[in-house]
Amino acid sequence: MNIRKKRLGELPASEVTDLNVYLNRRQFLNGSAALATASLLQSPLVNAAETPEPTFTNLVKGGFELEDKLTKYDSVTTYNNFYEFGTDKASPAILATKFPDKSKPWRVTIEGECDHPGEYDYDDLIRPFTLEERVYRFRCVEGWSMVIPWVGFPLADLIKRAQPNSRAKYVQFTTLYDTEQMPGQNRKVLDWPYVEGLRIDEAMNPLTLLSVGLYGSELLGQNGAPIRLVVPWKYGFKSIKSIVNIRFVEEMPNSAWMKAGPREYGFYSNVNPDVDHPRWSQNRERRIGEFLKRKTEMFNGYEEEVAHLYSGMDLARNF
Amino acid sequence: MSKFKIAVFIISLVPVTWLVFSLLTDQLGANPIEAITRETGLWALRFLWLTLLITPLHWITGWNKLVSLRRMLGLYVFFYAVLHMLLYLWLDQFFNIDDIIKDIIKRPFITIGFVSFVSLIPLVITSNNAMVKKLGAKKWKKLHRLTYFIATATAVHFYMLVKQDKFEPIIYMVLLLLLFSIRVYKHYQKPRTMASSLS
Repeated sequence: MNIRKKRLGELPASEVTDLNVYLNRRQFLNGSAALATASLLQSPLVNAAETPEPTFTNLVKGGFELEDKLTKYDSVTTYNNFYEFGTDKASPAILATKFPDKSKPWRVTIEGECDHPGEYDYDDLIRPFTLEERVYRFRCVEGWSMVIPWVGFPLADLIKRAQPNSRAKYVQFTTLYDTEQMPGQNRKVLDWPYVEGLRIDEAMNPLTLLSVGLYGSELLGQNGAPIRLVVPWKYGFKSIKSIVNIRFVEEMPNSAWMKAGPREYGFYSNVNPDVDHPRWSQNRERRIGEFLKRKTEMFNGYEEEVAHLYSGMDLARNF
Repeated sequence: MSKFKIAVFIISLVPVTWLVFSLLTDQLGANPIEAITRETGLWALRFLWLTLLITPLHWITGWNKLVSLRRMLGLYVFFYAVLHMLLYLWLDQFFNIDDIIKDIIKRPFITIGFVSFVSLIPLVITSNNAMVKKLGAKKWKKLHRLTYFIATATAVHFYMLVKQDKFEPIIYMVLLLLLFSIRVYKHYQKPRTMASSLS
């Protein structure tokens, strides 16, 4: 019998796998598996979110990339501590889908010890500033961490415009208090509204960000829409969400968590592997998406940028 | 084993089956390790509360079949507690003995959880009929009152580990208090000689 052997060159073009398909074959497999899983098992309550098309354009990038792998968008938007929408990780993503109510204008008041106080609509507030993309590590006091590409502008830019006077030693931030929009506030788990604060030099540090988005798109409710603080060298709860008030003050603000547990949560709350939470170690952390735990770094790895703020301070006492 | 008992045996495996299934299908959220550790612990607690419910339920309903479930449910407490413990030792501490010892000594909620787990062991060892005979019913019952201590310790362990919202641990504490109260009530209802039936 004369069996004709096909030679390599004879494969019809229609059967050649497109290079891009070939290169993305794993993604395809993962994708189809995920789809199958999703269609079969996905409960309607879980929004397994795809990373949306970026809505912010012309973002300034530079100097704030990390080698760390970004945490999946889905994790960043479904695993949240935002007690204003319930105390478990999943409820903010479920209860904050319509937050903030677009029919109500978002007003931010800037007041206290400054020469240019004012009340601004959200759009007017952020208009003067250049938005940047910055990838920061985010370490929760509970012992888990993420890597998030934020969109925002340095808080220092806003402070310079407000012109704090010499009595302004601290900046105090307040979250919206609205039990209709934030059902978690109906239970007095914390002393609402949520309050946080920074020393003025911490607030002026170039790392301190006012964020309005992540992954190139506007913040979702569960992430602290429309505007939040991001202080990457401090535990996550310092990065207050959904801000309506920024106030320059002379006295150290008493934050919501300091009131809730003065022994457990201090004003500074700098990430510090050597100073444990009274109930658990802060030595290691679980990076979301990773199996092994990793060592927690001093100031969450931002020692070079911020250590000078605390020179001479006993960080175990000023925890 | 009666059909009833087999049914309860299978139903008791539902939580672990559901957990494994959820884990494999990525349904446990962004931090699945935390989720399975928490859930196995919670199920150990729930089975312990169920075990403690059997006796009062028997008093109320007089349904004898219930009593035959108590040992099995008790062993399920241990089953879920072992899973919980292994997950802690493996995925939280990665079997680092030094860290584990430090953690147990330094963290009161870990200490209490650990003591609670260890206290289950003598109860498991003496759970078969041969051991009941060997110890004698009286001694055996006395030993198994350790369950009350374990339940209390477990409730405290849960209360202490929750960061801020203590609602759920308080609910379980209230339920435990009810389970204890029924026993105290029963104890004073009956003449002293019947007190030994307390278990």
